[in-house]
Amino acid sequence: MIFKGKVWKFGDNIDTDAIIPARYLNTSDPRELAKHCMEDADPGFVTKMKPGDIIVGGENFGCGSSREHAPIAIKAAGISCVVAKSFARIFYRNAFNMGLPIFESREFFDAIAEGREITLDSIRGIITLGGTDQKFPINPIPPFMEQLIADGGLMKHIAKK
Amino acid sequence: MGNTITEKILMAHTDLKGIAPGQLINAHVDIALGNDITAPIAISEFRAAGGKKVFDKDKVALVLDHFTPNKDINSAQQCKTVREFAMEHGITHFFEGGQVGVEHALLPEKGIVLPGDLVIGADSHTCTYGALGAFATGVGSTDLAAAMLTGELWFKVPSSIKFVVYGKLAKWVSGKDLILNVIGRIGVDGALYQAMEFTGETISNLPMADRLSMANMAIEAGAKNGIFAPDAITEEYVKPRAKRPYKFYASDANAVYADIIEIDASKLEPQVAFPHLPSNVKGVSQAGNVKIDQSLIGSCTNGRIEDLRIAAQILKNRKAAPGVRLIVVPATPLIYKQAMQEGLLEIFMEAEAVISPPSCGACLGGHLGILAEGEKSVATTNRNFVGRMGHPKSEVYLASPAVAAASAVLGRIASPEDL
Ligand code: SF4
Repeated sequence: MIFKGKVWKFGDNIDTDAIIPARYLNTSDPRELAKHCMEDADPGFVTKMKPGDIIVGGENFGCGSSREHAPIAIKAAGISCVVAKSFARIFYRNAFNMGLPIFESREFFDAIAEGREITLDSIRGIITLGGTDQKFPINPIPPFMEQLIADGGLMKHIAKK
Repeated sequence: MGNTITEKILMAHTDLKGIAPGQLINAHVDIALGNDITAPIAISEFRAAGGKKVFDKDKVALVLDHFTPNKDINSAQQCKTVREFAMEHGITHFFEGGQVGVEHALLPEKGIVLPGDLVIGADSHTCTYGALGAFATGVGSTDLAAAMLTGELWFKVPSSIKFVVYGKLAKWVSGKDLILNVIGRIGVDGALYQAMEFTGETISNLPMADRLSMANMAIEAGAKNGIFAPDAITEEYVKPRAKRPYKFYASDANAVYADIIEIDASKLEPQVAFPHLPSNVKGVSQAGNVKIDQSLIGSCTNGRIEDLRIAAQILKNRKAAPGVRLIVVPATPLIYKQAMQEGLLEIFMEAEAVISPPSCGACLGGHLGILAEGEKSVATTNRNFVGRMGHPKSEVYLASPAVAAASAVLGRIASPEDL
């Protein structure tokens, strides 16, 4: 797949309380959750971002709670994919299980500035900075994860089996 | 080549003859846990996949502990969804109302999770049960849906870091201080995707309540699970509670570790994690003058009877400082009752504490103790992220019950030694 969008850059250890604060977890309605996406990391985020935009994080993105509300909020807000140096374990699982595309790339993080356009080619495993021919590799997705995505998430994968 | 306890428990839940870190496996689940926040999503996923029956009604645990007693209409709706599902499927381990406690205190207490088990929970602190010598890990709601449907789940076998802890703990130094110190050393992603195995002479002598606090916070170092080899202390805790067989596993002498970290615990003083990361740890003597507005004693980390006894010992014949809201949350109904019978509740009331019903409550900024802008709380909980207990500009300082109690009395972050 090809993802093309504007980058919103965050730092290391962006936790699930920053992605979707617990005060909003009395619902699992994606539209409600989307309204508060990234609120405690950047209060105006949802008013600034546009559908298709890309979130970029540093180390350990999505650390903290197991709440699937976090990837749901990001997906429902219209973010097309998340690229980070590394992801917290449960967030990584959740994203694949529910079909939010996420990618790991280390060198890319330092090179990218907020607001830049990028193109991410998940098949070729390459990120290109908009308006340049600067390219960065993304870590290959394990084959099992590819299968999950291809099947449309964990529950569909199970149904298929 | 030998295997670690984590690898052995995982392997025992598959048909495999060998297992190695990095391997993707499908394993049987002994207990699958959900709560009032995570189960509603799992239930709708379960239904969407055409699920008609849970794989085993005795192996699913549903605990309505986060926003309960229902804090608002939405929370009440979420609880209703879970309750109806539990009734429809005849879920054995369904808890609400006067039976509910904070899930990670409740499940061990009731003997629902046991040594050698493979436990998954749609709650990150499911890793708590590693204290019993189980493999227990937090997952998401979709994982819970899959486990409820099939009784199986995919795992990547983690490599293990061994922590060898030696030396006698000083007075007022507890398992909570040990784990805060470990997280301070290795960082919030220091054990990412890995197992944290705790061993050594200090651990062998550590009471179960302290082991539970330590395993509880393994996730705060990014770990998949925390684990303690079961021993006589485990046996003493588990035997009167278990209603089914359980099994003790131990790491082989030639097991392979990604890292081995030795810790001299004899030099440790009570620890405090400053905002906004659990790894931002200092000794309490280095805390400086941090004035607090609230002290919260409770949660799945430190709401057990042993924790309340320590707090009561410090609070006896003392009062919370003017302007400090002291909140005590017994983690389960049994703990509440014990605290009442032992006269602890009276001590707390004399100290002008609010005694909350067993609930997650303020720990996750849900209800029953939310912070306003600029307020600071010392808390015996496990996370101090931005906005964790209320306003994004409030602050949480993580510490042991002893430090939280002493801080409540002095109105600033303090050691019991300062009293
Ligand atoms: S007490 Fe806090 S950390 Fe523990 S399960 Fe409840 S919300 Fe989570």
